[in-house]
Amino acid sequence: MAMTVHCDIVSAEEKIFSGLVELLVCTGEVGELGIKPGHAPLLTRLSPGPVHLVKQNGSREFIYVDGGYLEVQPHLVTVLADTAVRAADIDEAAATKAKVAAEKQIADKMASKEFAEVAVQLSKAIGKLRTIREARKALGK
Amino acid sequence: MAVGKEIRTQINSIKNTQKITSAMQLVAASKMRKAQDRMLVSQPYAQKARAVIGHLANANTEIKHPYLQEREIKKVGYIVVSTDRGLCGGLNANLFKAVAKDAAELEAKGIEVAVCAVGSKGTGFFKGRGFNVVASITNVGEKPSIADLIGGVKVMIDHFESGEIDQLYVVYNQFVNTMVQKPTIDQLLPLKAEDGDTHRAYAWDYLYEPDAESLLNGLLTRYIESQVYQSVVENGACEQSSRMMAMKAATDNAGDMIDSLNLEYNKARQAAITQEISEIVGGAAAVQ
Repeated sequence: MAMTVHCDIVSAEEKIFSGLVELLVCTGEVGELGIKPGHAPLLTRLSPGPVHLVKQNGSREFIYVDGGYLEVQPHLVTVLADTAVRAADIDEAAATKAKVAAEKQIADKMASKEFAEVAVQLSKAIGKLRTIREARKALGK
Repeated sequence: MAVGKEIRTQINSIKNTQKITSAMQLVAASKMRKAQDRMLVSQPYAQKARAVIGHLANANTEIKHPYLQEREIKKVGYIVVSTDRGLCGGLNANLFKAVAKDAAELEAKGIEVAVCAVGSKGTGFFKGRGFNVVASITNVGEKPSIADLIGGVKVMIDHFESGEIDQLYVVYNQFVNTMVQKPTIDQLLPLKAEDGDTHRAYAWDYLYEPDAESLLNGLLTRYIESQVYQSVVENGACEQSSRMMAMKAATDNAGDMIDSLNLEYNKARQAAITQEISEIVGGAAAVQ
């Protein structure tokens, strides 16, 4: 049997996942990370994007997180997400709409203060869409 | 009948009180459910955040973050979470007693105490007792938001960073179950290490991405916010359940009082009737 590590994903609203995983892939602020059992202790901030879990029985799960923190211990992985949504629960139409709206706003010229805000919204929308896409690809739906 | 008029008015007034207390009991019961849900929803995050911070305190971090360093204690800060409204049994009183006891012990050792009071009951108590209240947050309501709490918490953290206080505690009622609420004093700063398997014989450190300083600042601030928020919602659940129990007791007591007054009233009424009858009988006998 493949090695596994205990993983907890919690958001401010709920405990979204708790169990053993073989692999966890997520989007850190500096780039994508793949965590396997026995990883060195690591702390990083997460960017909006999918968290991809390969569970003990080999089944996969995709969860969207819009930022937060990842703590890795050799025997334990904890994701403290700001908000987390399972891929199946993401409202794709709303995410697409938000992405288009944000892109349009960026295309129109505007103040830099608003720009930061819109950029955050855009990255969240893109992260959600990416989660859906990756989930579909992996799960073959 | 003029007999027992006073008793009757008394019974009526107690009945009115009973109506109010039983209504309050029902209101508190329904609010309690919501408050408990709110508490349970954010509990996993607070627990996990605490676990992560416990690991972090065990690590031999590359930068010496002030939140992680034990200092000589000259002054201690308390964030005391109380309720805005009364009529919730001994909930606040027990909590304040616990704080006052701790504070007295510290003062005996020459350590000063500063208080940040959440809830108007706490503000009133600690100001009245001459404590040094450096911040107070009132009217957080039933649905507290982190944004409401942040101001007062920030004051305490700034005090800690500037070295005015050397330890920071949060004091709240822990929700054990509907019947039991436990006054709890938790240390927030400096962070307490967790016993467990991250407590290793050798020195270890995290890999930080991007860099240790900004990461720790963000994470520790988030941690403190989540702990204080959790204390406030937990205390909210305690408030409602404690109020429900207090009002249930009040309603039951009112019922007992009404029963005993009714008994007294009936005795008085019967005595009056007996007296009237014997007077009539006596009068009739005198005529014959």
